Amino acid sequence: MQLALFLIFGGLAVAGALNLLFQRHPINSALSLVVVMMSLAVLYWSLGAEFLAASQVIVYSGAIMVFFVFVIMLLNAGEEERTTGSRAAYLVGFPGAAAIFCLLSFVFLSERKALGYTNIGGYLNHVTSNISEISTLLFTKLLLPFEVTSILILVAILGAVVLARKEQ
Amino acid sequence: MSLQVPIAAYLILAAVLFSTGVAAFLIKRNLITIFMSIELMLNAVNLTFVAFAHMWHQVSGQIFVFFVMVVAAAEAAVGLAIIIAIFRTRQTLNVDQIDLMKS
Repeated sequence: MQLALFLIFGGLAVAGALNLLFQRHPINSALSLVVVMMSLAVLYWSLGAEFLAASQVIVYSGAIMVFFVFVIMLLNAGEEERTTGSRAAYLVGFPGAAAIFCLLSFVFLSERKALGYTNIGGYLNHVTSNISEISTLLFTKLLLPFEVTSILILVAILGAVVLARKEQ
Repeated sequence: MSLQVPIAAYLILAAVLFSTGVAAFLIKRNLITIFMSIELMLNAVNLTFVAFAHMWHQVSGQIFVFFVMVVAAAEAAVGLAIIIAIFRTRQTLNVDQIDLMKS
């Protein structure tokens, strides 16, 4: 079950990410990013993070990506054109990304034994659900950071309104 | 007993997604697509957080992901507002043509 979920949705996530890379039109990239986020939500769920799976769907694919699609439609963005800068970017981009991937996977594979295996649904103590454990921690020990994020969002709203306003 | 997936497999999946995000960030020429590849990298890092939270049987990693999501939402709002402002002054989204802070 866990292996099947991982293979299907991991493959879907990688396919979506590669599609984002190779599509020329931004709306195609945005929709393939939605696929990546939805399959990551399933993977979160299989790792025992039900709350995060739900908020991944609601916040990321529901709010942020819809916002991206709105902006793409608002600015009427067309296909990206190739310029001289893009050749240099190809020369740097692919080897750089490959180097990062090789480094990361080398570290992870060499620590494979110590990292262990996953169990579907997670190990959190039997009775308490994941959501109650998160909320208890969030509203007791981490109350101050939680309240500070609300100020952050308020500042972001004001900033977005000021930046996107038409200048007189 | 069903087959188990090693934590390293999740971490390598996250590494694949992250390096795809890096490649897209460097190769793409459209401002909005570049911004989307940043979101892809954030998602890849979130996956490693959740995998490690699973490994240590604690929720601290999941709470960190929650905060990352909040910051990503705020960042998307401000970033897209900046993109709209840039498009108003330049009439283009190509990063090769947006090379000055002032128009």
